Amino acid sequence: MSLIRYQSPEITSWPTFGRLSNLRDELDTLFELPFWSNFGRQTQLFSGWTPALDLYQSNDNVIALIELPGMRKEDIEISLHDGMLTIAGERKMETPGGEKAERSERYIGKFRRSITLPTRVDANKVSATYKDGILTVTLPKAEEAKPKQIQVNVS
Amino acid sequence: MNTTVWENRGRNGDRTQVERYVAPASSVIENGDSYTLQVEMPGVNKEGLEISVENNELTIIGRRSLPMIDGALMHRESRPEDFRRAFELDPSIETDKISAKMDQGIVTLTLPKAEQVKPRKIAVK
Repeated sequence: MSLIRYQSPEITSWPTFGRLSNLRDELDTLFELPFWSNFGRQTQLFSGWTPALDLYQSNDNVIALIELPGMRKEDIEISLHDGMLTIAGERKMETPGGEKAERSERYIGKFRRSITLPTRVDANKVSATYKDGILTVTLPKAEEAKPKQIQVNVS
Repeated sequence: MNTTVWENRGRNGDRTQVERYVAPASSVIENGDSYTLQVEMPGVNKEGLEISVENNELTIIGRRSLPMIDGALMHRESRPEDFRRAFELDPSIETDKISAKMDQGIVTLTLPKAEQVKPRKIAVK
């Protein structure tokens, strides 16, 4: 299975150093986890916002959970192309009177996150819910990708 | 102040009681008569939120209640720890009038300024 984090050019621009605690998070993870386990996840330091994504698999579904706090449902785009799930969107700054944040670590702007799915899925039956800032995408597996029980008749 | 990973050990230093937290991202906006503090806590709902003020320090703890998923975890990037972050409050904030709301994983706190520090126009006669 390959899980490649797609980096869109628009979010690889030089960051503002707003979220310095990222550095600490990264360092903590670096020491806590075994050396190799961090390879899949690129550092967030220089890439704007790369929302965390968890992937689950059951017999019938592939389920993706993406942390997207403070979005509007309309600003989230989910697409499926060639076995690759892409979540994109834009978080808009919402300040009551247009005041500027004094100090902000929250990423505002566009993001894009892609993941190659481990099996084929039925694109017509994909569903998604957004609750407590977590987007849950349920992708039913295509019939041919489901595990099958084969009855063997022994005579 | 902004402990990234914060450990709360039991009084006897018992390792089994260790609670670990991560520091959530936040932003502070100053308005005319209040401050707005926004804290990102994905996976936390209203029930999982604990906000307290003690000695001019505001502490926000968010306990995640993640959706139950029927399936095996294949890839994980989210952190399992709950959130905790403490903010030192300016003495001009009226701590008994702080209000909070929670929407899609964002905690928004309104911290009103005391009357005497609010900007005010002085009429020239």
